[in-house]
Amino acid sequence: MTASPLVDLLPQLASGAAHTHALGFAFDSLTGDRVRIRAPWREELVGDPDTGVLAGGLVTTLLDHAGGLAVWVALDRFEPIATLDLRVDYMRAARPRADLIAEARCYRLTRSIAFVRAWAFEDHPDDPVAAAQAAYMLDSSQGRPVGANLRTRQGDEA
Amino acid sequence: MSDLLETIPYARFLGLTSTATGDELTVTMPFADRLIGNPLLPALHGGSTAALLELTAVAQVARLYPRLRLPRPINVTVAYLRSGKPLDVQARARISKAGRRVAHVEARAWQENEDQPIATLAAHFLIAEHDF
Repeated sequence: MTASPLVDLLPQLASGAAHTHALGFAFDSLTGDRVRIRAPWREELVGDPDTGVLAGGLVTTLLDHAGGLAVWVALDRFEPIATLDLRVDYMRAARPRADLIAEARCYRLTRSIAFVRAWAFEDHPDDPVAAAQAAYMLDSSQGRPVGANLRTRQGDEA
Repeated sequence: MSDLLETIPYARFLGLTSTATGDELTVTMPFADRLIGNPLLPALHGGSTAALLELTAVAQVARLYPRLRLPRPINVTVAYLRSGKPLDVQARARISKAGRRVAHVEARAWQENEDQPIATLAAHFLIAEHDF
């Protein structure tokens, strides 16, 4: 298996910034184009003191950040990106005092935009706490052909 | 009236404070290094701004529609309009509609100029006492 330089960077990209470090985010795994990061449960990240469940805003941050990693995975390199918009559906309350994992996948790259879906869960993405759909602005100076990440996939025309 | 945000651990983690004019809350997220998501620009992590918006919406709904439980988000959409500079952020929320079970809320966050928001939020919250 050949690991690209980007893959080696993922742990740093997951937790290296001051905010993600303060939140305790950690790289979990990369399987194909699906990247996972983890937010360890902590009392100070709780959104409702009556339930001990992690705050919705923390889940949003986790999904946003996992989505960014998925974009870099799809690009197979690091470049400046910015979240354009993000929609999160909260399907159920998270388990009290439980870590959350976010899994994200970039399913489309254009010259300017990356489209991402992401899920947050404790154990398995089939039983999500929240699901997200997001778009990220790419650094358009890079001169990338439309659908560059999809070329090898059958039936996917850019 | 006690400040609801002071009772929410994540709001304390973000350092949020609020002031009220009548029933309208203005919530401030004071700049702190640990809110930085991009050290090169530098820029605030979009997630911290999204969390500010969501907690502002929660506090505004709870103020106008007090219930035993906090309003729970059903879904939120955040648009990032400008990069967040290493400065304080302020936010305000407006309830577009509140029904028996659900409230729709719009919120905006800004830094130097309220007319140039750095992010906006549109969200539905469950305000009924029972679960989904």
